[in-house]
Amino acid sequence: MFKILEPNKIFQITSKAPKYVLFLFIIVLTVGLSEALIFSPEDYKQSDAVRIMYVHVPAAWISLSIFSSITLLSICGYIFKNKNFFLMAKSLAPSGFIFNIIALVTGAIWGKPTWGTWWAWDARITSMLILALFYGMYLLAWRIYEDRDQVFKISTLITVFGIINVPIVKFSVDWWNTLHQPASINILTKNAIHSSMLLPLIIMTAAFALFSLLIFLMKYNTELIKIKNKGLDRL
Amino acid sequence: MINEFLFMNGFGKYVLSAFAFTLINFTILYLVIRQQFLKEQKKFIVKFGSLNSEKAETAKLQKINKEILSNVSTN
Repeated sequence: MFKILEPNKIFQITSKAPKYVLFLFIIVLTVGLSEALIFSPEDYKQSDAVRIMYVHVPAAWISLSIFSSITLLSICGYIFKNKNFFLMAKSLAPSGFIFNIIALVTGAIWGKPTWGTWWAWDARITSMLILALFYGMYLLAWRIYEDRDQVFKISTLITVFGIINVPIVKFSVDWWNTLHQPASINILTKNAIHSSMLLPLIIMTAAFALFSLLIFLMKYNTELIKIKNKGLDRL
Repeated sequence: MINEFLFMNGFGKYVLSAFAFTLINFTILYLVIRQQFLKEQKKFIVKFGSLNSEKAETAKLQKINKEILSNVSTN
């Protein structure tokens, strides 16, 4: 059923792709940085502090979507008994975790000039911190457990519990009174953000997505070679 | 103009440190993952080199092994 997911076939693509993805990432990031730091306008209320949004928001979006993908892949791996799904999930985790940390730290940096504090135990920030803990537990599980079946089971359990937190992160600003502003971008309703600010945000999101793809490909290749190393030992 | 860019109406230290933190993290993660990849690839080459001709032929039958070996020169 999942012949297309055979490591041999995937490796043919993933081994060549990183250099092209890296090239594309550098171009998109350069355009994104110039838009975010130079060409985009300052906000009438927040002035230039608004520029932090161009790293904070894409990092938060991508860390949330990577965690959702990890959960989906882990569940699929469990249902279809396909180890490759777990391998893909494991390869996505490092970039997801780093994006989560970037979202938290840049959020704190943004908080100081706008709220007057680096940190507040507000619903959105706390739920993002909990997400970082789930990422940490997931990465730790792969380091601690040697037995494959055990690590598959434990890591899937962590993602299943962790995914409950994802909608809490998303809707925390609507469900509770928080310092954090509500979502400015909505697919169903009119955006509360001007196109001159939306464009750099989209470009930076694309750059961040390309970076996570690059890390995923490199990590996935590393994991495949690790398996092949074990295979050579058995010959 | 450069001073204006760095000052950013008083928010320069916040904005630039947020961007710097992001880019430093990107660089560190990229270098760590690349190092892990090169280490595993090196290990593979050493192991492959130590195989006798019969075992090397068997190993070469697997497409992925050939692919790893062919990619050594490009990384």
